[in-house]
Amino acid sequence: MKAFADLIKLLSNSTKTNEKLDALSRYFASADPKDSIWVLALFTGRRPKRTVNATQLATWCLQMTDLPGWLFEECYHTVGDLAETIALLLPPGKSIATHPLHFWLEQLLKLEKASEVEKQQFILNAWDELDTSERFVFNKLITGSFRIGVSQKMMVNALATTHAIPAPTLSHMISGNWDPRQITLDELLNEDVTGADASKPFPFYLAYALETAPDVLGVPEEWQAEWKWDGIRGQIINRQGQLFVWSRGEELITEKFPEYGPLLEHLPEGTVIDGEILTYANDFPLPFQTLQTRIGRKNVTKKQLQEAPVVFLSYDLLEWEGKDIRTSPLSERRQLLEQVVERVNHPALRLSPAIIFHNWSALIEFRMQAREMGSEGLMLKKKDSAYQVGRKRGDWWKWKIDPLTIDAVMIYAQKGHGRRSNLYTDYTFAVKDGDQLVSFTKAYSGLTDKEINEVDNWVKRNSIEKFGPVRTVKPELVFEIAFEGIAASNRHKSGVALRFPRISRWRKDKPPEEINTLADLQLLLKMQQ
Amino acid sequence: MHDNCRFTIMQLLQFTDIGIYCPAGDFYIDPWQPVQKAVITHAHSDHARGGSENYLCHHDSVPILQLRLGAEIHVQGVAYGEKIRMNGVTISLHPAGHVIGSAQIRVEHEGVVWVASGDYKTEYDGISAAFEPVPCQTFITECTFGLPVYNWQPQQVVFDNIRKWVYDNQQVGKTSVLLGYSLGKAQRLLYHLRDISPEIWAHGAIYITNQMLRDNGWDLPELHRITPDTPHSVFKNNLVIGPPSAADTTWMRRFNPYSLGVCSGWMQVRGHMRRRNADAGFILSDHADWHGLLTAVKATGAEKVYTTHGFSSAFARYLQENGIPAEEVKTEYGVTEEEETNPS
Repeated sequence: MKAFADLIKLLSNSTKTNEKLDALSRYFASADPKDSIWVLALFTGRRPKRTVNATQLATWCLQMTDLPGWLFEECYHTVGDLAETIALLLPPGKSIATHPLHFWLEQLLKLEKASEVEKQQFILNAWDELDTSERFVFNKLITGSFRIGVSQKMMVNALATTHAIPAPTLSHMISGNWDPRQITLDELLNEDVTGADASKPFPFYLAYALETAPDVLGVPEEWQAEWKWDGIRGQIINRQGQLFVWSRGEELITEKFPEYGPLLEHLPEGTVIDGEILTYANDFPLPFQTLQTRIGRKNVTKKQLQEAPVVFLSYDLLEWEGKDIRTSPLSERRQLLEQVVERVNHPALRLSPAIIFHNWSALIEFRMQAREMGSEGLMLKKKDSAYQVGRKRGDWWKWKIDPLTIDAVMIYAQKGHGRRSNLYTDYTFAVKDGDQLVSFTKAYSGLTDKEINEVDNWVKRNSIEKFGPVRTVKPELVFEIAFEGIAASNRHKSGVALRFPRISRWRKDKPPEEINTLADLQLLLKMQQ
Repeated sequence: MHDNCRFTIMQLLQFTDIGIYCPAGDFYIDPWQPVQKAVITHAHSDHARGGSENYLCHHDSVPILQLRLGAEIHVQGVAYGEKIRMNGVTISLHPAGHVIGSAQIRVEHEGVVWVASGDYKTEYDGISAAFEPVPCQTFITECTFGLPVYNWQPQQVVFDNIRKWVYDNQQVGKTSVLLGYSLGKAQRLLYHLRDISPEIWAHGAIYITNQMLRDNGWDLPELHRITPDTPHSVFKNNLVIGPPSAADTTWMRRFNPYSLGVCSGWMQVRGHMRRRNADAGFILSDHADWHGLLTAVKATGAEKVYTTHGFSSAFARYLQENGIPAEEVKTEYGVTEEEETNPS
C-alpha cells in the first residue's frame, strides 16, 4: 500500500505530464503485477463496486475522534475532500501496514454481504494498520475517484513504454470488459484483441476543437461534414450472437437502453458501429437533460421509455463481417455504413446525415443553423481519414457553435474541492426578476487562479450570511455566464436548466443593475424549442 | 477614557479599530495604525507596523524592528519576565516560541490579569525562546491552525525529510529551492540544516535578516547572497532559500534545473499544496497546531478566551462547548505577505 500511496502523492503533486508518466512507468516496472492490474483498473474508470459508503466512514471517524459533527463539517469544507479529512482527523495508528493494494481492494469487495458491524470492524482495523498517507488512499478507494490529472491516455503511454507495445494496440487491449480479480496484466496485454472477449469495444477516435475558420483545412471536396450531436458517444457491437452497447466512458450500458435490443436480430454478425446515443422524438433530438434521466438508473421504467426514447445516430462503421476496417478511408466506411443502416431498417438505428456543401462559406451558413437543428455545431472529417485512437489533430475536427451568454450577479459562494480547497470557488448566480433576484445556475470554472484569489478575498469581506458551507454575498460582482443549451426544468426556481454553464468573463465594467433578466432567459428557452 | 465607559465594567484590554487597547495603561498591543505607545509581540509586519511614537518589545526584537521600521524609531527592549509599569498597569513579556524575540504580553491591573498571545507555537524550535504558558484570567489567543486537521509532526521528522529531499535532488543534479519566511522559518531551517549542502544561497531579504542576526550574536551559518550577477552555475547541488513571494516569478529561472519545496503548515492539506505548484511540501509551521492551541489555552487556566487570527469562530465554538467561555474577535493580523497566512 505504501508504494501506491507514494505513487498517488507523486502524481498529485506534479503538474508536468512527463513527470507523471515517469512515476507511472517506474511504478509499473517494480510493482506487484496484482497491484498493477488494479491501478490500471482504477485509472481507466473500472472502480470496484462500493461496499462501504462515505457516510459510514464519516460516522465511524466521528466515533473514533469524539469530535462534534459541526467541526467535522467545518474541516471537510476547508480540506475539500472527505477521504483526506478523515485521514487527517484519525488518531495516530500503528502504521504497520504490510498488505499490498490488491489485498485491500479484494477485502473491500468481499464486504458486499457483510453486516454493518463487520464492515466497521474491518475499516477500523485498516485505519489502525495504515499511516496517514495510506489511510488517505484507502479512504479514496472507497469514496471516489482520485482526480489527480491522470488520464486514460497517460496510463496507456506508461504501459506502452514498460511493455513495449504500440500505444494504439495497447489502448485497444485494455478496453472493454475485464475484472482485475480474474485477469493478470500479462494476460490482458497478451490477449489477441479480437479474440476472447466478444464485447471488447474499439478505442474511440476523438476530435479537437477547430479554433479558426475552416478554410485553413484546404479544399472542401476533401471533407465530410456532419452535425455534432449532444448525446452520449457510443458503440454498438454485434458479435457471437450478442449485442453490446458501450459509452465513450467505456461503460457497458446495454441494459440501460432496451430500445437497441431488437438490433441483435437485424445487424449482421461481426458489426461495430460508432455513433451517438440520443433522446429523440418526432425526428428531432430532445434536450440532453432528458437523456440524463436515462443514465442514472439501472432499470428503465415504461414512463421513461415514453418520455425519453432513444435512438442511435450512426457516425461510422468500425468492424464489418468480423473484420476491423478502421484503416480503410472514411469514404468507404461511410458508404458501407449507409448500406447497413438502410438494410437494418429499424427506427432505433439511424444515420447521422452528411451535410452537402460545395464551399466553406456554405458550411458557415449551415453552422449558423445548428441550434435550430438541435445540434451543437458541426463535425468535419477528412474523407480519406482512418479511424484513429484517442484525441488526435489533423483529420477530424469539431466546430461548435458559439455558446449562449447571460450576464448575472453572484449571490452565493462555497469553498471548492481538490486544488481549490479552502478557497471560495463555487458560485451561484442570479438574474433579475423585477426587483427580485432569481438564482438560475451554478458555475465552477472559467476564472484564472488570480481572479479566483480576488473573488475569494472579496467573498470573505462581503458575506451577509453563512448557511453551513454556503455564504450569501452582497449581489455586486457581475459575470458573463456561457452555456451550450437551455431547457425547461421544474427543479429550479428559475424554471430553466443550463447545459455546461461556466464563467466566460468577469464583467467588472458592468454594475449589477444592468444584468440580464428572467425574461431574457425565458426568451432564450423559447428560441430553443 | 470617554465618559460613557465609566458606568460599565471596563475591560482591561479592549478590541478597537486601531488594535488591542489598554485604557488603564493607555497603550496598544500590536496596533495596525500609528499610536503613542505600542507594545509589540514580534517583528512580523502584520504585528509590528511603522509610524508609532514609542515601541516596547523584547530585546531580541529591537534590532529586527529597527531593520524593518527604520533605525530612527523609539524602541525600548525588555527581558522576558521583566516588569514594566505604565500608569499603574504592570506589563511583562513571556516567550511565545514563534520567532526570535517573540513574546506574549501579560497585562496586570488591580488583580486582573490578561495575556495577549501574539503568534505562538508550543514546540521548541531550538532557536526562539521556548513557549511558556502564562496563568491568567483572560487569554487572547491566535488560532491560525485552529482546526483538528492541523497537527504537526516533531520538527526532527520534518528536517529528516528535507535532508532526504535535498540528497535526492543532488543525486539527479538539481538545485533544492526552499521557500520560507525571512523571519522565522529561514532561521529555523538554517540553524538545523546548516551542513545540508556545501553552500547555502539566499535571496537578499533572507540574507539581510540573517546577517543582522549574526551581527547580534545569533549562531547562524554564513549565507551567500544571490544578486543579478551571480553565475547560475554556483547553485548546482546547493540549497537555496527564498521568500514565499518568489514562487511563480522569473527570479526562480536562474536555478534550473531545480526542485521547489515549500515549508508551511498549510502543506498539511493536499489541495493547498497542489495550488502552490511545489514539487515538495514540508509541513513546518511557526504556529501552534490544534493540540498545541488546546494545550496552551488549558495551561493558562483562563476563565475567558478571545480567539483571533485564523479559524477563530470554529475554535471559539469548540472551546465554548468544552466548558471554556470563548468569543471570536476580529483583528487585522495575518493579512500580510510576511505572515504565514492562507495566501488566498
